Amino acid sequence: MTATAAIVGLGITDMGKIYDRSGADFAADAVTQAVADAGLSKSDIDGLLVNGNLWPDSQPTLQMMLGLEDLTLCSAMTAAGSTAGQLVQYATMAIEHELASAVVLLFADVPLRRGVGSGAAYNMLDFWPMTGMSGLRLAWGEFGANPSYALAARRHMHLFGTTSDHFGTIAVGQRQWALMNPKAQITKPLTLEEYHASRWVVEPLHLFDCCLVSNGAVALVITSSERAADMRQPPVYVAGYGQGHPGDNQRRGRDPGVHTGAALSGPLALRSAGVALTDIDFLELYDCYTYTVLVTLEDYGFCAKGEGGGFVSDGKLAPGGSLPTNTGGGQLSSYYMWGFTPMSEAVIQMRGQAGQRQVPKNDLCLVSTQGGILNFHSTTILSKSRQAGS
Amino acid sequence: MTINPNGRQVPLPDDASAPFFDGAGRGELMLQACAACGAWMWPVKPRCVECWSDSVQWRRASGRASVYSYAVMHGDFPGFVSPYVLATVETEEGVRFTTDLAGIGPDQVHIGMPLTVVTEQLTPEVAIPGFRPAQA
Repeated sequence: MTATAAIVGLGITDMGKIYDRSGADFAADAVTQAVADAGLSKSDIDGLLVNGNLWPDSQPTLQMMLGLEDLTLCSAMTAAGSTAGQLVQYATMAIEHELASAVVLLFADVPLRRGVGSGAAYNMLDFWPMTGMSGLRLAWGEFGANPSYALAARRHMHLFGTTSDHFGTIAVGQRQWALMNPKAQITKPLTLEEYHASRWVVEPLHLFDCCLVSNGAVALVITSSERAADMRQPPVYVAGYGQGHPGDNQRRGRDPGVHTGAALSGPLALRSAGVALTDIDFLELYDCYTYTVLVTLEDYGFCAKGEGGGFVSDGKLAPGGSLPTNTGGGQLSSYYMWGFTPMSEAVIQMRGQAGQRQVPKNDLCLVSTQGGILNFHSTTILSKSRQAGS
Repeated sequence: MTINPNGRQVPLPDDASAPFFDGAGRGELMLQACAACGAWMWPVKPRCVECWSDSVQWRRASGRASVYSYAVMHGDFPGFVSPYVLATVETEEGVRFTTDLAGIGPDQVHIGMPLTVVTEQLTPEVAIPGFRPAQA
């Protein structure tokens, strides 16, 4: 496919336990950085797509907060953690159909509060409805998203003999990448022994199987391929994309934690880009948990279902490996901006601006974003040339 | 928000869910099923998720289930003493949901373990189903 749009601007704020800045401040910081990075000015922006999240102000009204006037495209959208990929896809289609010419995509969140642990930020006690059947969740002791992923990982371990060593290899490899990322929240090395010694969050998930929680924001600017060709930054072309949302309804017949939306989404994205899995140089995979990386690799077909553990065990995802993956440390070790974590690192690597951690070959990248406990999934193929694979 | 004396979060039954909570008080597991095609579903659906019939009704399930997957919760959670077992259970009818198995130790639970429903009385007014190992 000949790409119709490209990512031309990127803004990343400081990340992590930053308590003295508002969501709006992070949002404005990321957006002004991204627009300047693209070599554009405020008046050039005619589209805004906001990633809906836990910050209640992630709304289309951010337009006014940011002083953006006379937009021809504006929405807040959500399909949980998978949204970033969707925003790139919808912006690309909007540009293709001339609804807008320069679209800002934004994720800003401030879940961390001073004196409150990261776990508490997502444990749902503050907002989960107790009325009717919904109330069973907390009454039955299921707090936050960690249990769902632990249950999925346990099922995979049971069916296929996947082990904590396999998960630990992913955590250790991503930490190696993070040590070369100046934006990463975590700056300490991690050994497999330290991984195993880390506390259980929800068994079988250790602390280092779980992503960080971050305050911060990321913004992207997308424009047409024609316009992108002579802009300030090397264009990162949107070469292909797909989505897959299985819709498990908690009934016998599906294995929802073991077969994810990636299996539907990946082939669609590759087909639309006109490339094969073997053409992909590196991966930026949504990694809310180590297990998510493993199951996504399987569902994309990098290995057969059930063989993810063996596939990652040689360290091929880590620096120096044959399949560089989550090259900034991912959500596990750099920062947690939902799908904007993999998407932002993909842009940095595709531009060749990753410094010490730059991957050796960066013609084609596959980005996955997912959410809703392995249900909502989107895949985006990014290309250095406008004609992917050429 | 209602919290029982143990700190446990207590659901507030509404019209749509009342048959489920009433059943729990009798030691029964009530599930929705489609009168048109017979599909069982979870939790409360406006139409049958299989055939879109609006003839969805509550039926008494067998109360037999088994462990589909499990996890062990660690940390401070209101109403529970950690570590405690959480499990996705699959009922005999083929419906799955995630519930605590706090009466079953982390070393006892296993995938496939047969379970039976019991009454878990959270307050004098509100009961929910609980699960215990089934007698072989």
